[in-house]
Amino acid sequence: MRRVRDNRRVNGGRKLRFGPKGRDIDPKALAEVQALLDAARRDADPRRRDQLIENLHLIQDRYGCLAAPHLAALAREMRLALAEVFEVATFYHHFDVVKEGEPLPATLTVRVCDSLSCELAGAQELLAKLPQALGCDVRVVAAPCVGRCEVAPCAVVGQNPVARASVASVQKAVRAGETRCAETQYVDYRGYRKRGGYRLIADCLAGKRTRDEITKIMEDSGLRGLGGAGFPAGRKWRIVAAEPAPRLMALNIDEGEPGTFKDRWYLERDPHRFLEGMLVAAWCAGVGEIYVYLRDEYAGCRKILEDEMRKLKASPPCALPPIHLRRGAGAYICGEESAMIESIEGKRGMPRLRPPYVAQVGLFDYPTLEHNMETVYWVREIVERGAAWFAAQGRNGRKGLRSFSVSGRVKRPGVHLAPAGITVVDLINEHCGGMLEGHDFYGYLPGGASGGILPASMGHIPLDFDTLQPHGCFIGSAAIVILSSRDKAAAAARNLMKFFRDESCGQCTPCRVGTAKALGLMDEKRWNQPLLQELSQAMMDASICGLGQAAPNPALCVMKYFPHEVQ
Amino acid sequence: MERISNRQLATLPIEFKLNGRTVAGRPDETIIECARRHGVEIPHLCYSPSLRPDGNCRACVVEIKGERALAPSCCRYPAQGMEVTTDGARARTSQKMVLELLLSDMPGREYTRSSELDAWARKLGVGEPRFRRREQPAQDVSHPAIAVNLDACIQCTRCLRACREAQVNDVIGYAWRGEHSKIVFDFDDPMGASTCVACGECVQACPTGALMPARGAGMAQIDKTVDSVCPFCGVGCQLTYHVKDNVIQFVTGRDGPSNHGRLCVKGRYGFDYAHHPHRLTKPLIRKPGAKKDPEAAVKPGAWSEVFREATWEEALDLAAKGLRDIKARDPYALAGFGSAKGSNEEAYLFQKLVRTGFGTNNVDHCTRLCHASSVAALMEGLNSGAVSNQVNDVMNAEVVLLIGANPTVNHPVAATWIKNAVKKGVKLILADPRRTELARLATHVLQFRPDMDVALLNAMLNVIVTEGLVNEQFVKDRTSGYDALRENVKAFTPEKMAPLCGIPAGKIREVARLYASSKGSMILWGMGISQHVHGTDNARCLIALCLSTGQIGRPGTGLHPLRGQNNVQGASDSGLIPMVFPDYQRVDNPEAGKRFEALWGAKLDRKPGLTVVEIVNAAFEGKVRGMYIMGENPAMSDPEAEHAREALARLEHLVVQDIFLTETAALADVVLPASAWPEKTGTVTNTDRMVQLGRPALAPPGEAREDLWILNELGRRLGLAWNYQHPKQVFEEMRKGMNSIAGITWERLERDSVVTYPCENEGDPGQPVVFTEVFPTATGRAKFVPAADLIPAAERPDDEYPMVLITGRQLEHWHTGAITRRSGVLDAIEPEPTASFHPLDLVALGAQPGDVVTVQSRRGKISLFARADEATPSGAVFIPFCYYEAAANVLTNPVLDPFGKIPEFKYCAVKVTRGGKRPGDPGYGKGRSLAEMPG
Repeated sequence: MRRVRDNRRVNGGRKLRFGPKGRDIDPKALAEVQALLDAARRDADPRRRDQLIENLHLIQDRYGCLAAPHLAALAREMRLALAEVFEVATFYHHFDVVKEGEPLPATLTVRVCDSLSCELAGAQELLAKLPQALGCDVRVVAAPCVGRCEVAPCAVVGQNPVARASVASVQKAVRAGETRCAETQYVDYRGYRKRGGYRLIADCLAGKRTRDEITKIMEDSGLRGLGGAGFPAGRKWRIVAAEPAPRLMALNIDEGEPGTFKDRWYLERDPHRFLEGMLVAAWCAGVGEIYVYLRDEYAGCRKILEDEMRKLKASPPCALPPIHLRRGAGAYICGEESAMIESIEGKRGMPRLRPPYVAQVGLFDYPTLEHNMETVYWVREIVERGAAWFAAQGRNGRKGLRSFSVSGRVKRPGVHLAPAGITVVDLINEHCGGMLEGHDFYGYLPGGASGGILPASMGHIPLDFDTLQPHGCFIGSAAIVILSSRDKAAAAARNLMKFFRDESCGQCTPCRVGTAKALGLMDEKRWNQPLLQELSQAMMDASICGLGQAAPNPALCVMKYFPHEVQ
Repeated sequence: MERISNRQLATLPIEFKLNGRTVAGRPDETIIECARRHGVEIPHLCYSPSLRPDGNCRACVVEIKGERALAPSCCRYPAQGMEVTTDGARARTSQKMVLELLLSDMPGREYTRSSELDAWARKLGVGEPRFRRREQPAQDVSHPAIAVNLDACIQCTRCLRACREAQVNDVIGYAWRGEHSKIVFDFDDPMGASTCVACGECVQACPTGALMPARGAGMAQIDKTVDSVCPFCGVGCQLTYHVKDNVIQFVTGRDGPSNHGRLCVKGRYGFDYAHHPHRLTKPLIRKPGAKKDPEAAVKPGAWSEVFREATWEEALDLAAKGLRDIKARDPYALAGFGSAKGSNEEAYLFQKLVRTGFGTNNVDHCTRLCHASSVAALMEGLNSGAVSNQVNDVMNAEVVLLIGANPTVNHPVAATWIKNAVKKGVKLILADPRRTELARLATHVLQFRPDMDVALLNAMLNVIVTEGLVNEQFVKDRTSGYDALRENVKAFTPEKMAPLCGIPAGKIREVARLYASSKGSMILWGMGISQHVHGTDNARCLIALCLSTGQIGRPGTGLHPLRGQNNVQGASDSGLIPMVFPDYQRVDNPEAGKRFEALWGAKLDRKPGLTVVEIVNAAFEGKVRGMYIMGENPAMSDPEAEHAREALARLEHLVVQDIFLTETAALADVVLPASAWPEKTGTVTNTDRMVQLGRPALAPPGEAREDLWILNELGRRLGLAWNYQHPKQVFEEMRKGMNSIAGITWERLERDSVVTYPCENEGDPGQPVVFTEVFPTATGRAKFVPAADLIPAAERPDDEYPMVLITGRQLEHWHTGAITRRSGVLDAIEPEPTASFHPLDLVALGAQPGDVVTVQSRRGKISLFARADEATPSGAVFIPFCYYEAAANVLTNPVLDPFGKIPEFKYCAVKVTRGGKRPGDPGYGKGRSLAEMPG
């Protein structure tokens, strides 16, 4: 039984309380938390409610965990209830809550990605062998997709992602103390401006372009939201612009869909193209304040964005709205737009019910323009080259370009910019250098963990929004994972269902309980297919958000297209 | 709720299709509510009409034509032309699957007889679940009141919303995630070690028995339920007793206007005192020669050394004879203490007995000890002692000034309305020397120095007067005496007052401006204002604040002295006050005298009688020789308790009517066993001026009788021609003498359970807000009465007695502890006397929390356990006065406010030393009441 610290003491055989109910505030912990908050350099009062997650990061970074006395002190400082702090701290993977009497976590954590692409590449072997190889001073944990599927398997040592990780390479990084993310070469602020960057937004603000004109270009180009839902970007701007001010913008870089790494790819190369697109979108929609939400796994991108936003603000090309960079804390669900908004507000990342839609009632209950990072990344180029240019891209009757994150059994995994509507077979052959030696094309995931699984025989379907629905699949964030004849679709589906179970926020019954029960059914050698079908239907119909609604897709595809594996 | 407010603006009725039928709906009524109205049941678990809909369980999903997924009917609103199907195959599949998923994780055993999950599963024909059960969490029985059975938890968060959004106690959280998501207390602590205040709102909200009354009480097969009112504080929560075999098994909140289903730990778990073995079941008569020893500890279980049992005839005859004998010598040598814990009818009959049977006005009760000064100031300024606005009117205010009150402890359900208002955006100014729990939510916290109320309030008035914040029109049209106030407060600048009251001048200015300039500001106060020698002045300042700014007479404004006892308002209204007849008609007013002489058919004394402390002093001096005390415990509640006990012991004849052998009853000559609140019929009036009907749930134990019967019998033996058979006869008579309730019929009370007064004519709805047009004074104007001087407390700290003693109550205990310390749960939570110190003061004393400390004043000393509590200001010690073995009132100073005659309970000088005798055993409480309960 864990020892719980309370201020009751046994006196004469009975427990008496010699202070107010509940925990005491430890004066030392209080002083430490106060010092951290007072030293925090932020553009907002660190004691404001929405700063909770940022403050938890402060403590976790400084002390390596969130000890109960620190959490209690933080609650006091922020005038929050103990439970309000605890429930947020325990929601996110990257916070280690340690109660009185519990052991402290090891000083270094190695997170081994065990999502599908990494599992195909041997993550389980790493997870099995690393603990012994690294010793007890290092904690080895399985982690959901870290967004580096092109270099699978990936193990993150501290904040240092080790590509194509082996026991030896991880050991080496640990021993060398290489725990920070390596810096990448990218177009910095000066370089971006030298190449005409920020001229567009400056022109906009100078009155040389009109909102309507730019918005029209977006509409004509057919640019759709690239986070997965595919809502037309221009239309979204108009909807938000029609809502009463103040309006906010929230940028979603919580790229967590297994198999997806395009946002990171672009951020690591041309961050200002994203920032300028963001500013243009904000201007068009009449947004007064911008929040950028970046997943905590992307420590390297965080450094880039912090540095470059600092430069941008230091010598702005034009008047800038306030821009806040917020740090996720390890939760796939926060890629869901309303869950992200809750997280920015400093809460558990639990999706909101809709209606009302975030365009009407979003961040801090204001109308909010919510965009995936890549969507705005394209804005400048589309404006410069014209709507027609973008629309003219595409194949098989589809329009535009897609950034495919390809991983799995191909020769050249990576982000491949290809025409929308390309088939997976063409994508493999034209962009990925074909299948790996010794691997025959068996099946593929057209849209990450959520988009279902299709067999090789269906490799000629154009890949785009709306083309896959008839087959029970969707393209989502265009994360393509290629399976070979050495793989099993059922095993992939199990990996994905486990991911959904672990990443379910726990709010609604069909998802919280459904994912766990579905995984139980899928662990059987022969699946109880009628029951799994029935459960899947309820999950798709009755879950609050896309996570629960899409979670059964892989299993349903296996039963439909790979029935021989589970009979 | 905010998020749907825009939608709720549209209120025009619409038509939509519900299961193929066209029905009328409203855009502000959810589909599930609308469906219920049209007789269509939709399964639901996380939805509860009293809580914000959350839509998480998904049992209530319905199909809306044209939508991709199903929609939660508890959160969706119908739209014109919408086609909704609640019972089609698609919706039913999901509804049933949700129930099956939840059922599959239920434990084998049951914790409740009314699981909503089981009920819906039966209705929808969900069979044996086809999924494997989860790993189950362990049971948590660390709390004496509540069992936590998380194996039956369906994570619907009704408990969380009840805790966080209804009661705003903020203990319950939803932690971790996914299938590990868990309802937690604080940091996933055992409930008993958490900040839980055991209001039980979560238990009431839980649909599956995951949170239940402890020790399986929820599984009892109930014989009957009885709707009544809570017997504790002045909030007047309506509740339902659940009874089996003449024993209350548990209590639930009822949807009354002051509580809307909410209760606190006392109301919900403090009912079993009625079943305590110490209940008096036979009349007792003091044995010949048994000395009255004021210092002897009471032995409630071993009374036979002093008393013998008697028949009712013998006891009543003896009681009456003693009183008659003294009356024959000198009627002024008799006095009576009624009680604010009894009903209106009992209070009325008691004062009538004293006034017509004893022939004097020597009748008072504990209102003297709580709000006498507030009432004095209110009568003087407004000619009305009751509240102008009801507590939950704070929801309509923009600013709430709460001063000298700790409602989370003393009026817990009233506090929930204040907390709800703050969460809604109302600004709370909290002024109190102690940093009480509401400080966490308050917009401004003014932790001013004890005793410096007038300095702070006059400084606020100074700001209002000098900064042009006065509502000139209101002052001109509706008040008198403003010029004197203006002149008086000129000298009290914030800069001069700041060093005295300890609040920076800038802060005083800020809150004064905030109060004065808001659309609606409401003042609520408690005993921190009233229990001072300058209590009346304190209240005068509050009245001046609201009159000068015109913050009265509208919703969300006004004055609200939070009344302490469940019926202190009603007992006062009923005339249990020495200077007034019922309805505050002064005894020296000839018209009032004539009115009651006519009503009662008796000659009445026109001289105001003595007040509580004056009566006790007169008894000490031998001027009062005989007393009749009904339900009061002056041996514990009066200041300088040892003096009070000595005074009671000196009485020649003392008749005490009570349910336990209290410290006062132990000094009686005749003890009459009375009825507990759940054993009788009667009305009580809460702090909101709501007259509410209590109904009997139990038969009194043994030969204990209803108080009204005892009063009637004693009255007859004092020569009164009484024949009251039922409280409603008494109430009918009261209506004839009291205009304020003249319009309230007993039948209406039986039907509605509650009527707000003033209700002068039958059928009047009652007035929640008064003084909207005029004040009930002769001129219709309210009068400013300046607080001219900074009157210091009668006993300031000095070198010898360097600390300040503040007395008060704690959440779990009521008044002198006679009933709450005999309630199992309450006694288990707070079993021992404690003194709270600022942690640094404790360090300075060289003491640890939990050490025994001795607190001594010029009047006595007590030893008790030290508690460290940052809420206590440095230099002060806070002691609850409910513990006989360390009675705070042994220390308090019996000096009186000159107008209200209220003692200065909130301030006297003490010295504190480490060590001392461990607190003794009064024979009850000490954490053993649970074990002593029958069954």
